[in-house]
Amino acid sequence: MPDTDLSAAGWLGASEAPPAAFALPGLVRDDFPVLQRHVNGHPLAYLDSANTSQKPRAVVEAMSNHLLFHNANVARAMHQLGAEASEAFEGGRAKVAAFIGARTEEVVFTKNASEALNLAAHTLGQHLALGPGDEVVVSVMEHHSNIVPWQLLCQRTGATLRWFDITDDGRLDLDSAREQGLVNERTKVVSLTWVSNVLGTVNPVTELAEMAHAVGAVFVVDGSQAVPQMPVDVTTLGADLLAFTAHKMLGPTGLGVLWGRYELLEQLPPFLGGGEMIEVVRMEGSTFARPPARFEAGTPPIAEVVALGAAVDYLTMLGMDRVAEHEHLITTYALEQLQRVEGLRILGPTEAVDRGGAISFTLTSSDGFDIHPHDVMQILDSRGVAVRGGHHCARPLHHRLGIQASSRASAYLYTAPDEVDALVEALDHTRDFFGGHSGGGR
Amino acid sequence: MSVESMYQEIILDHYKAKHGSGLRDPYEAEVTHVNPSCGDEILLRVHLDGDTVADVSYDAVGCSISQASTSVMHDLVVGRTVEEGMATAAAFTEMMHSRGNHEPDEDVLEDGIAFLGVAQFPARVKCALLGWSAWKDAVAHALTNKEES
Repeated sequence: MPDTDLSAAGWLGASEAPPAAFALPGLVRDDFPVLQRHVNGHPLAYLDSANTSQKPRAVVEAMSNHLLFHNANVARAMHQLGAEASEAFEGGRAKVAAFIGARTEEVVFTKNASEALNLAAHTLGQHLALGPGDEVVVSVMEHHSNIVPWQLLCQRTGATLRWFDITDDGRLDLDSAREQGLVNERTKVVSLTWVSNVLGTVNPVTELAEMAHAVGAVFVVDGSQAVPQMPVDVTTLGADLLAFTAHKMLGPTGLGVLWGRYELLEQLPPFLGGGEMIEVVRMEGSTFARPPARFEAGTPPIAEVVALGAAVDYLTMLGMDRVAEHEHLITTYALEQLQRVEGLRILGPTEAVDRGGAISFTLTSSDGFDIHPHDVMQILDSRGVAVRGGHHCARPLHHRLGIQASSRASAYLYTAPDEVDALVEALDHTRDFFGGHSGGGR
Repeated sequence: MSVESMYQEIILDHYKAKHGSGLRDPYEAEVTHVNPSCGDEILLRVHLDGDTVADVSYDAVGCSISQASTSVMHDLVVGRTVEEGMATAAAFTEMMHSRGNHEPDEDVLEDGIAFLGVAQFPARVKCALLGWSAWKDAVAHALTNKEES
């Protein structure tokens, strides 16, 4: 549990007291043992939380405690342990529901956010009887997991996939979308990310919901980067379906969530068939359980749900307002510091306005050579700084920006400003390392 | 295992001045290979003159390791027979899968021995092999095309 003593250790050896604004990392860092590690002889600066977050002890202990003392299958084992496991599992569902302002029966557990979006695409395609002439709208800034399921759906049904473009500063281009009538009476589904995993852009979800609903389309939101970082209330969000994933919000891998408005979930057909999703099975045909069980075939990730419940408890105890405030502060600081690095170009908004904590960038060496993100990543790693390099599962966005790949630093509630400083220092070193070779002279 | 052992001067020189880069005619086969995890891409053409590799031309984007390796490959296969080139490819591949425990033959691999350090970083081995796998594939296509025509 976080130490409430502000003077507690955990401040990474800074000679001066941290500004009070950056209090959160000092409170929580001791709960994340991995953050004490040294990597390649340097203190770890973990700046890859948009990829996956680190896990606090409370989450790991909840998971191991469940597996060691309460393990049984859920919903069918009638013994004491079965009752305990079922209660813990459904308790996790209730916690997740409360965390996003939902009804418990609106929370569907999946394998990950990708499966949640595939579930949405499959079941909506069938429910809406999608066919030629119908349109599905996404955006060019989506993660592959919010593009490919809709491409596959359109291939299966003959519907057309269309997409929002972005402006030069990395925001959704709503003006050109309106001019070209992107969302129109043919639009049956609009599926967009809340926060870009590359640009950090926070999209105007409520406005987009109005746009979708005005033409009678279902509005799906990919909340993978948003739900971990900000307070969420699905009753005012405007989404019909919301996908997110446990492992980016202090929870374990192997668990995703699809929230849906119950009135919509009730009308959707099953996705995967199997145990637990049925009502009555006859050889001639079956009837299906009500949501959420209808969409949860087979034994679910029980311990993972228990752990996600613990993660949600941890986040709630800190307060999502405070988590969001920290993200804003550390993003502001990182944007300022990174813009001081010569040859560094930030993709997406350069001011922390409607902007999440993922900061992607390109880097040019001191002799004017583009340094490939994998090479950036490799040099940073040799100095203990963990970032991601590549297309971040958003190849169309990189293509749109005219580049092949980028490096990305991303923060979370435990990220301290001196980790940003370590990144900046390592980037300067990287520029010199690759700039010191003339080439061409051979 | 230092990062400096991976980024040998030779590698960075090849990266900054890629030998044989650009697409040229004539060619008998053209292939595209990608590394889906990082997005490195290469479009590569092979021109055979009898048994001799007359030209290898390519348009590639990617990290220093993949680009330098392709540049070194160009030097090692052009002007040699297909058989010699395939033997060199096998020697290079063997070195890359050695995890660095290997004594490469400089007479065979020439500048390619600089990649021994890369073999210590398993995540980067596929970068070093991208151009080579494209070349082997293109040669196989070229030989098949020749038989069919």
